[in-house]
Amino acid sequence: MATCTFWVDGKPYQAEGGTNLIDAAQAHGIFIPSLCYFPHIDPPLGTCRTCTCKINGRYNPACTETVKEGLKVEVNTPELLDMRKALVEMMFAEGNHFCPACEKSGNCDLQHMGYELGISESRFPHLFQDRLIDYRPRRMVLEHNRCIKCKRCVEEVLTGDGKRVFNYVNRGNETQVGIDYEQEARLSDGDAEKAMAICPTGAIIVRGKSFTKPFGDRAFDLKSTQKHYTHQILDKPRVANFEKKTIATVSLAGCFGCHMSMLDIDTEILDMAELVSFNKSPLTDIKNFTQRCHLGLVEGGCANTENIETLRKFREMCDLLVVVGECAVWGGLPAMRNTVPLGECLEEAYLNSITSEPGETTVPYHADLPKILDRVYACNEIVKVDYTIPGCPPSATHIWKVIKSLLWGEDYSLLYSEFKYD
Amino acid sequence: MGTNSHPSNLFHCEPNRSKLLSQLWQHQINNRCISEDAIAALATEHNLSAIEVAGVASFYHFFHRQPAGRHTIYINNSIIAELKGYERIREAFERETGARIGSVDPTGTFGLFETPCIGLSDQEPAALIDFFPFTNLNAIKVKEIIRKIKEGRPVHEIADSPPANIRSLPPNDRTLFFAPYTRGEVIRKLANLTPEEVIEQLRIGELAGRGGAFFPTWKKWNTCRTFPESPKFIVCNADEGEPGTFKDRVLLQYQSGSVIEGMVTAGYAVGAAYGIIYLRGEYRWMVPALEAEIAQFYQVGLLGKNIAGITKFDFELRLEVGAGAYVCGEETALLESLEGKRGEPRTKWFYPVEKGYLQLPTVVNNVETFAAAARLLQIGSFEYLKRGIPGSAGTKLISVSGDCQRPGLYEIEWGITVAELLELCGAEDPYFIQVSGPSGECISIKEKFRRISMLDLLAQKDIRCGGSFMIFNRQRDLVHILLNFASFFKHESCGVCTPCRAGNFILQRKLEKISHGLADRNDLEELRSWGTIMKATSRCGLGKTAPNALLQAVDKFGDYFATRLGTTTNGLYRAIDEHAAVADYERYKP
Repeated sequence: MATCTFWVDGKPYQAEGGTNLIDAAQAHGIFIPSLCYFPHIDPPLGTCRTCTCKINGRYNPACTETVKEGLKVEVNTPELLDMRKALVEMMFAEGNHFCPACEKSGNCDLQHMGYELGISESRFPHLFQDRLIDYRPRRMVLEHNRCIKCKRCVEEVLTGDGKRVFNYVNRGNETQVGIDYEQEARLSDGDAEKAMAICPTGAIIVRGKSFTKPFGDRAFDLKSTQKHYTHQILDKPRVANFEKKTIATVSLAGCFGCHMSMLDIDTEILDMAELVSFNKSPLTDIKNFTQRCHLGLVEGGCANTENIETLRKFREMCDLLVVVGECAVWGGLPAMRNTVPLGECLEEAYLNSITSEPGETTVPYHADLPKILDRVYACNEIVKVDYTIPGCPPSATHIWKVIKSLLWGEDYSLLYSEFKYD
Repeated sequence: MGTNSHPSNLFHCEPNRSKLLSQLWQHQINNRCISEDAIAALATEHNLSAIEVAGVASFYHFFHRQPAGRHTIYINNSIIAELKGYERIREAFERETGARIGSVDPTGTFGLFETPCIGLSDQEPAALIDFFPFTNLNAIKVKEIIRKIKEGRPVHEIADSPPANIRSLPPNDRTLFFAPYTRGEVIRKLANLTPEEVIEQLRIGELAGRGGAFFPTWKKWNTCRTFPESPKFIVCNADEGEPGTFKDRVLLQYQSGSVIEGMVTAGYAVGAAYGIIYLRGEYRWMVPALEAEIAQFYQVGLLGKNIAGITKFDFELRLEVGAGAYVCGEETALLESLEGKRGEPRTKWFYPVEKGYLQLPTVVNNVETFAAAARLLQIGSFEYLKRGIPGSAGTKLISVSGDCQRPGLYEIEWGITVAELLELCGAEDPYFIQVSGPSGECISIKEKFRRISMLDLLAQKDIRCGGSFMIFNRQRDLVHILLNFASFFKHESCGVCTPCRAGNFILQRKLEKISHGLADRNDLEELRSWGTIMKATSRCGLGKTAPNALLQAVDKFGDYFATRLGTTTNGLYRAIDEHAAVADYERYKP
């Protein structure tokens, strides 16, 4: 086909007519995120919608468009950037994505897209739907919590005689990808691993084939796909004096890992000690606020009434409130219980566990004990949050860059490798 | 159980797979469920993996994987049914059958389930029992029905026969759809017309699709005509799933002849030899009558070979029955369903006129469009143009339901105002009107002087109406109505694309928050923003229109929403219901 001129954000580019728009854009270094697109699937799946652009004035996914003479595409308008980000956030909110506990972490397209788009939290409420982990297939484990229904495996994983191994089952919000045990058993080892590889998340895991690479060596650990990866924490740095500031910290339903990470800046901590003093914090062991603080750092979400009380106190006593780590951001690992009714959790832990002795068991309840909430709440469901640092734990540089930027208006940008969910 | 007449056999050009839906129906009817064995047998027959067959079966909510009772009851849970007493009916059914909603009673006699709108909104509360309609229910009637079934009376004998409830026709014999007509009148006219002339007639008459998109019918037919591939198909979209709509049901019940003639006409105009009526599963009870009508057409030579003596004009027609999936009203989803697949809308890579059913050129039109096309040819385009207003010719069937004295079918001339229609149907203190169903437009009574027409593409001055007109009075809880819509879309999304599958669930959560009095202004802003994102990014019309009612309601009923917001704190704390949050734990208090 003839070479055509197409326009992206007002600039002309050339590509062979009929080239898929995603490929054509990529060839010119224009990044359009996508999670379901494969060049060889025709017609394209068009399921994830994360490549939505404005094409000749209409919202459409880039993957279902080919280059034609005079095609006008808007890719990087603020509205479209936000829309695409929202779609990926929606996937995080819809599934149960516990990155730190996932075999695919570091090699996950969804997580990678989160990094590329700079998603530090989902604007949508997490749905916490109870989903099956299917261990019955011979070679695979199907983790429905992580599936984004991109349809890649449905279309791509076939037996030698062309039968589908995966297929959508059910409908509406209950739609999931079902697996045919009989056909799965007929796949070659290579085909099974291919299924895991094309899955953009950790929904398809082949037994014995995960965790093969250490941190730092995984596919999406270090290098961004975008030519210019920018991740700025504030639109405009605040202007502030270089005076000494007071910080308070707390760990709610967390593991103190984020606190550990905070201390992980080596000798720089000596400089920091000059610049900040800690008020209420496990680092100082000050139990109650003795003054108003410039900044509050909160680790962990709210699992009980005491957490709520503490968090509200923090909100009241701190000018700026920053939530640190996955647990504080959206519940994190403690929120694994959110898909199970509280009663079942308590009874499993206190009444029916292997170590509980018959007749000797009770669910702890006392007026002095905090009351356990029906689910783990994200901090921003309880109070207004000013800034969010994702990660499990976030790296020390990430945390301190944010603190310095918020407190003293330092210019700030984050490297791709510093922004992680695990 | 149910009607025993099966839709006619496939055409010789259709692949075996197209049988799958009707085969699944057979299993459901005969065994009350699609068993593991049935899935395996079908998989072998069609050379598919079992999961693919299971995927198809589980897409349609009238197919059950677990036995659904010797008698299966579906209570309509649409918003209109809710206003008319759904709750009381559900309780009555639960009491009389011993089955809880969503399950089968311990003896396996009755299965009790919910289903969205069954096309009887003028006769609610209503239910389907073994796919026969039971209308205007009340607790006493339910008791009687169940007693009779327990006594062994055949369900079809005690079922209701829904009346047409035609409340108003255009004056001075200007009715289009209910004018006298004799079978074959239109088809015989084709002998003196070329296909081009037929299309030209539609063009002059400005006939536009009545499914709600109002695409010019002549253009669709003309485009399809230009593609050389053969055979071509004419598909009648009788998957009338938009809650509150029942006009197609009335047409198929009382004017099926004109619908069939419209399809034959389309076949003649585009050079198609085959037609399929895709009837929604909720209307399964209409199958015998429709089959009889089709048989009549064959008998008198109006279907089959050399129709009406026109040499080489062959047109075959058959019926296909859906199995409960609103999204199959989307034309490409409908085509997928016809092919024996999950009803997932296709991407707009090709339009059906080019690659439709079996990737062959296909015209898909709504029931009313075919009837209108036949009627247009019957009276001629110039006579047709005398109805309605300039630029929006003809008449429209509107299904009116909700808070009014005379719910039923209204044939109106385009150009009538909302106020006039409200007057006609005896609306009682109308406040909130949902036009064209949950995916359509919501209007406030302040807009009652807007005209109903096809004129305004963006529907800013005039209102386009696909057929559903639901009236709600001032006492109704708007948030409750919107929640009903959100829950409907959440279940009916095909599940393929993220913004629709997850988005509708998320909107529902947000509405629940409002309903619990925990929302603030920011929540309304988020609803607006999220709805806009869903509209822009969803894959098909379902997700693109699902947030419509909500977005418009937030804009048009700001005062109302203000009363539903929680008392704001200092802006730093969020409202949560702490009492509810610890309720589970409090159960362990010694």
